[in-house]
Amino acid sequence: MLLVVCPHCGPRDAGDFHYLGATSPRPDPATVTEQAWRTYLHLRANVGGWQHETWYCRACRQHVVLERNTLTNEFRDPPVDPLGGVR
Amino acid sequence: MTTRRLPGAGAELNRDEPFTFCWNGAPVAGFSGDTVVSALLAGGHDVISRSMKYHRPRGVLTADYWDPNCMVQVGSEPNVRGAHRLAAPAMDVRAQNVWPSLRHDVKAANALVGRFLTAGFYYKTFMQPRALWPAYEHVLATFAPGGSVDLDAEPPRCDIRFAHPDVLVAGGGPAGMAAALAASRAGADVLLVDHGHRLGGHLRWGSGDDRARAAQLAAAVRAAGVEVLTDATVLGRYDGSWVGINQRTASGVWERLVKARAKCLVVAPGLIERPYVFAGNDHVGVMLSGAVRRLLNMYGVVPGERAVVFSANPDGAAAARDLRSAGVEVTVVDASTGVRLERVEGSRRRAQAAVLSDGRRLDADLIVTAIGWTAPTTLTNMAGDRPVYDEVSARFFPDRLPPDVLVAGGLAGDGSVDELVAHAHATGAMAARRGLTVRAQLRRATPRADPTVTSVPPDADEPVPLGRDPHPALFMAGSHGIVDYSEDVSSKDIVDAAAEGFDSVELVKRFTTSTMGPSQGKLETVNTVAVLAQELGTTIGRLGTTVWRPPYAPVSLGALAGRNDIPRRVSALQDWHDKHGAVPLHAGNWLRPDHYGDPAAEAANVRNAVGVIDVTPLGKLDLCGPDVADLLELVYVNRWRKLAVGAVRYGVMCTEDGIVMDDGVTARLADQRYLMTTTSSGAAAVWEWLERWLQQERPQWDVRVTPVTPAYTSINVAGPRSRELVAGLVDDIDVSPDGFPYMQVRTGTVAGVGDCVLLRIGFTGELSYELHVPAGFGLHVWEALLATGAALGIRPFGVEAQRILRLEKGHFIVGQDTDGLTRAASAGLGGLVKLDKADMVGRPELGWAAARTDLPMLVSILTDDPSVVPVEAAQIVEPGTNAIRGRITSSRMSPTLGRSVCLGQVDAALAHPGCALTIRLPGGAQVGARVHDQPAFVDPEGVRLRG
Repeated sequence: MLLVVCPHCGPRDAGDFHYLGATSPRPDPATVTEQAWRTYLHLRANVGGWQHETWYCRACRQHVVLERNTLTNEFRDPPVDPLGGVR
Repeated sequence: MTTRRLPGAGAELNRDEPFTFCWNGAPVAGFSGDTVVSALLAGGHDVISRSMKYHRPRGVLTADYWDPNCMVQVGSEPNVRGAHRLAAPAMDVRAQNVWPSLRHDVKAANALVGRFLTAGFYYKTFMQPRALWPAYEHVLATFAPGGSVDLDAEPPRCDIRFAHPDVLVAGGGPAGMAAALAASRAGADVLLVDHGHRLGGHLRWGSGDDRARAAQLAAAVRAAGVEVLTDATVLGRYDGSWVGINQRTASGVWERLVKARAKCLVVAPGLIERPYVFAGNDHVGVMLSGAVRRLLNMYGVVPGERAVVFSANPDGAAAARDLRSAGVEVTVVDASTGVRLERVEGSRRRAQAAVLSDGRRLDADLIVTAIGWTAPTTLTNMAGDRPVYDEVSARFFPDRLPPDVLVAGGLAGDGSVDELVAHAHATGAMAARRGLTVRAQLRRATPRADPTVTSVPPDADEPVPLGRDPHPALFMAGSHGIVDYSEDVSSKDIVDAAAEGFDSVELVKRFTTSTMGPSQGKLETVNTVAVLAQELGTTIGRLGTTVWRPPYAPVSLGALAGRNDIPRRVSALQDWHDKHGAVPLHAGNWLRPDHYGDPAAEAANVRNAVGVIDVTPLGKLDLCGPDVADLLELVYVNRWRKLAVGAVRYGVMCTEDGIVMDDGVTARLADQRYLMTTTSSGAAAVWEWLERWLQQERPQWDVRVTPVTPAYTSINVAGPRSRELVAGLVDDIDVSPDGFPYMQVRTGTVAGVGDCVLLRIGFTGELSYELHVPAGFGLHVWEALLATGAALGIRPFGVEAQRILRLEKGHFIVGQDTDGLTRAASAGLGGLVKLDKADMVGRPELGWAAARTDLPMLVSILTDDPSVVPVEAAQIVEPGTNAIRGRITSSRMSPTLGRSVCLGQVDAALAHPGCALTIRLPGGAQVGARVHDQPAFVDPEGVRLRG
């Protein structure tokens, strides 16, 4: 059972979170092609190593972007938020 | 009688507490401290079970938890480890997997056809013809091993506990205790877990000095404040040092699962004695040196009269010593002389003689082997390590461990008790340092926690590695014998598997089922590898061992599930419902009234007069801020900017892949305040969904989302007389058709309760008002409605009546009539989707879907025979070929129309009014039906709704 490090609540059991997968930037819906949109929806790189991923912390009700090593399940400190700063 | 009790002996027994219990209906004497099997042996009962496949008589092999021959039925509990479970007064113990009795077992005839029951027999024999498999299965099931489950027995209470020790020590022998003690003294919170009923490990069945040493260590452990769990097994180790423990003796519950987040794990399980493979090794009276010492020293049981001890290590010598002092005539066959135990001869009752490689035949009713050890590398294996075989000491050792897993005791090496204790002491100190370091790291990573609370002890010395004693590599005699006692797999089966081309341990394991029985490889894994290696002409080291997987010991499903009382959400009206005969419905976490006795009459009453239903579980979100309209435009497929204060609009949410996610109405209460309602089951998901869009995609927007579902008691008042009823209870709201029209919202006072929200909407298809009342006054308003409505013919209705009413109206339910593939257009909502919006969730998919004509459609369906109600999920098929063309999603008998009504999803080609359909009912009968020309069956024009 993973220990997920929420920037607001600290390390907590993965059961306290909803895992939303590797982050996938949303394309501009006005100009997107079918292929690009479906890639955004379904295709992930499945990297072995560090990746950005979104977790929803049910304790603080925040969606957080965390960096996790998929080989070791380490979380990189401090967590990176591509939208700038921890909310 | 070949087994008996020694007067005065048995360190675990309390001779002041004698009792009797039942073995196959006959009384057996025991003392407090006896296991079921030690008491049976003391009473002369040496046959405990019949083997799984050949039904051969079996007796004690290891005399501990792993004894494969000592599974018994205790009362209604099957598969009890009889050599571990403590006997108790009046216990009802029976042999299992025998018929008609343990002594005369008819299935022993299997042994006569034994040469046909070789590995792969079931796979090969019962494969063809496939059509006969149900018949095979029926017969084979009667041969399945194991006890019987009493379906009428009260399910036992179990629960789950969470623990957060700095150091968790698995194993309470001398090493485990020393490690726990040192870790505790270094300032760590320590949890010490042992499989047995008391701490002490192998010292418990050793000499008097050994037991004194164990008692001294155990006292020190308890004095140091270490928490000790006995009769508890560490089941597995998972990511983040998450460790599961099954506690079999816990106060108040039958079993308890402890979920421990250990910061450092010390693995000290000791070693498991390995059986020797030779012909006759499963005769009653053949046992391991550990079994002999447990029986003699712990329970005072003498397991035979004349013994042959085949010994390759000091434990064999110790067993011979213990037997001699109990008056048993002992012949020791020392493996170092090169002489081997070749086979054992015996009767159906018991072993009679040992035959040696030098040709000697020694009469004996007790044959003891001490030929080596299996290192239970389970937990280290689960931490990512692959154990490595050491030729010199003839056993596996852990190889590379992560920093938060340390080993002590026999898993780490060999030595005297003092050496093991010294090594474990240093290991425990190291574990404390690592555990406390992790604790400090966790605190630092926790905002608002005080990082100064945790201090890390100074550097501990690396433990000096233990040595490894040389041990002869003894696995198999020159004759074939049993390798897996649980599964009745012999070395011949493994040789046959090799001949069939199986050259990997993992495959041989699955083909022969060796190591797959209740002892799960503890006794048989290394022998399986050894036999295969010999047959393939390779080495154990090269073949490697199978992967040890959790759980280390069986755990009941009850313990995994924990308490059987799931928290239930109820509305403020639940007591009222209970008192008025409501039949409960479990809907997600909510308890709701399904009906009050007659759902059809409840539904008819809504059509004819007025009814009230408790709809509190309906999801309710309070949305506040200047950008709410933008949020609604984004998450709903339809338009929201022009929604006026006081107006209500129906909305549908889709996910980014264009699938219908939820629906509901949202009311604008004030300029910057809205009340959103969601489906009852979708309330939590929609809240998270809104937060996701606000937090991640539109952080610049100012919207506050507050879930208010349980803050309101929600009551739907429905029926042609609902206006009269509501008018009688409000004085600050104009409820006239012009003053409060359809799809409007008002706030005001109901039955004297202020701050109520009233929505004029109609899921049931009738004139209706949805009242959201501050929850504390819910019951007051409910009772006021019933009192005032008495003259109008009011009666409460439940969820079932509501389902009938909405189906008559053709209203769908997300998740019931839609599924994970249903697009907005498929649900008949294509017109609602406004593709000219700049953006909304799923907009590209919604656009592409709008151009498609091949999507299945949700349609209203009438069966040709009005009395037939096809079950929900019945298939709509192509007549003749039975190709699936759709399915019924909702169906009910309509009390209003006196006939059945359905909703269903059908292929696009069938989705036109009047189209003939064939519905295939369970069992194969087919009924005709037609697509209805309107979504609604009742009041398609909506006159009643808007009245």
